Amino acid sequence: MIQTLAFYLFAALVIASAVMTITARNPVHSVLWLILAFFNAAGLMILIGAEFIAMLLVIVYVGAVAVLFLFVVMMLDIDFATLRAGFVKNFPLGLAIAGILLAELLFGLGAHSAGGLVLGTPDAATAPAANVPNIQAIGAVLYGHYLFLFEAAGVVLLVAMIGAIVLTHRQRNDVRPQNISEQVKRRPEDATINTRPEVGGGVKL
Amino acid sequence: MNWASSLRLVAAEEFLSVSGLVLLLVCAWAGDKSARLVTWLAVAALAVAGVLVAPALCGGVFGAEASAFYGQYAADSFSSFAKLLIYGAAGASLLVAPGFFERQGGYRAEYPVLALFAALGMGLMVSATDMLTLYVGLEMNSLAAYVLAAMSRSDDRSPEAGLKYFVLGSLASGILLFGISLTYGFAGSTSFDAIHTALVGKMSTGSLFGLVFILVGLSFKISAVPFHMWTPDVYEGAPTPVTTFFATAPKVAALALTMRVTLFAFGMQAQAWQQIVVAISLLSIVVGALGAIGQGNIKRLMAYSSINNVGFMLIGLAAATPGGAASMLVYLSIYVVMSIGGFVAILSLRDAEGNSVEKIADLAGLSRSKPGLAFVLAMVMFSLAGIPPLFGFWGKFVVFQSAVAAGLVPLATVGIAASVIGAFYYLKVVKVLYFDEPADKVVGSVDGVHAVLLYGSAIVISPIGYLFTGWLGGLAQSAAAALFHAA
Repeated sequence: MIQTLAFYLFAALVIASAVMTITARNPVHSVLWLILAFFNAAGLMILIGAEFIAMLLVIVYVGAVAVLFLFVVMMLDIDFATLRAGFVKNFPLGLAIAGILLAELLFGLGAHSAGGLVLGTPDAATAPAANVPNIQAIGAVLYGHYLFLFEAAGVVLLVAMIGAIVLTHRQRNDVRPQNISEQVKRRPEDATINTRPEVGGGVKL
Repeated sequence: MNWASSLRLVAAEEFLSVSGLVLLLVCAWAGDKSARLVTWLAVAALAVAGVLVAPALCGGVFGAEASAFYGQYAADSFSSFAKLLIYGAAGASLLVAPGFFERQGGYRAEYPVLALFAALGMGLMVSATDMLTLYVGLEMNSLAAYVLAAMSRSDDRSPEAGLKYFVLGSLASGILLFGISLTYGFAGSTSFDAIHTALVGKMSTGSLFGLVFILVGLSFKISAVPFHMWTPDVYEGAPTPVTTFFATAPKVAALALTMRVTLFAFGMQAQAWQQIVVAISLLSIVVGALGAIGQGNIKRLMAYSSINNVGFMLIGLAAATPGGAASMLVYLSIYVVMSIGGFVAILSLRDAEGNSVEKIADLAGLSRSKPGLAFVLAMVMFSLAGIPPLFGFWGKFVVFQSAVAAGLVPLATVGIAASVIGAFYYLKVVKVLYFDEPADKVVGSVDGVHAVLLYGSAIVISPIGYLFTGWLGGLAQSAAAALFHAA
């Protein structure tokens, strides 16, 4: 009973916040509604026992993607009024695309109920162990069975990082960066001198 | 699975990644001053890795004793044959890099490190016995390659080449990944062994689509027609040492990978991929030969030549026999030596200001000002055309022989006929070198390591190379046998 209630609560909130995302006038509000939609989708995932995907939604989508959107929306000077201007004109096209998506959904459901595809049987090596939370199961596969590839993927990321730095970083001679250790090393006696200039003689620097 | 034995089998990869990390630290601390030192150390690391993989080839190991990490990786004789070629080619193209980049103004110490990681990725590609290893290795190599192509700051064509390569390469990776996921869905596993046993009998439409998408992704990487569009632009735009690298090592890796995927993973479905390979191979031969005719830039010409040569190698794959695979490996080894010789010769073509000369018209009458260089370049061209008595002929000969032995007589006939078209543009270059009025553009001299590589590869592709045919053929056969152990 409580599960059914929770499902309808989360599902209704996902749909409501999705509608608000596209109708909100202020783009910042849109992103905030989107975050609410992500949170509720995570709730739905927990209901079906996929807690890893739920955590992923919160960490990756809310923590990184939505914040990135927020930055982009706030930093770029986009005139959303002009972006929305063609709404009525493009409405039939949008409707057509929605119709195609609906047709595909129905087609997929039809194919599924007609027997579906004959897929291969998953091999036992990476099959989830019974009665284990799925975070633990994924961990066992990722850090056990696929440890070698996990490490190799780390090297791929390292290569990407080196590449990004090599292509964009260059030594520039026209800027004067701060050198903290030089600044800390500097003593008053290096920088100031006491002189006793003669009257009318001026100071030699 | 035993962790200790697995870790022992991947010794070459471990050594390469650790030395890559150490060299990265060296260039982080010592800066670009250390670039030459880092280059030499990287070449030494590749040599040590070569020593580490060589025993597997000599011992002819395959199957369970070579398999590591739950069958995701195989250190068998096939992979070590390909790795020796890859490490050798990567080392040679590293050796010629410092001179070129220092003339261009600015050799970056990260260059050899990236090349080292690219070689590591290629090692994973040829050792892959799981779709995931295949993909991780391919991406490691590709990411490093995109950066290497875009590395030259002084030449606008270089970032352009890098960007083109990156965009098209990502698309190809995506297609490959889609094919892998379809295959996984229909075979139930990503392991080559399991795919081999699962996909028997008539293929379902879904798994056929998976196979086609995988072949499309791999054809892009080996630059086979119709997925070759990027090759001339990238070869022309990338700095010449990088082009040397692209034309040799990644080509070996991608072809070896294609061989393992088709002959082993889809080994029971030969009739499904054979016609695709035949079509790709014939198209590559014809388009490579016809496209090269109009080229005025020698690097673009070499790009079309590589497309053409890949077509010939694929004839060996189309045979789908151990003999065909062995002949491909023989051709591949000879092709690598010819390419290194050709590109080192191109690197040595410099005008009075030290800039590279790339226009074929500027090479007119080179035989009178630089007889040695012109002779080697002409030899490479004759050899690429497959004209006996040069060693390039032997590669074509064994490939056609295996195709005929497998009953593909029409394919071999068309291939031989098309190789005549190819001979036209190779001979055109020789004609410009020897019979045109001297342009006297090229003045640079061949020095030090360039000379060693240039004349070394000239000796191998000269008729002296035929002394190695027995030895090379034996190694290639033992390597190819590893692909067919399950069949």
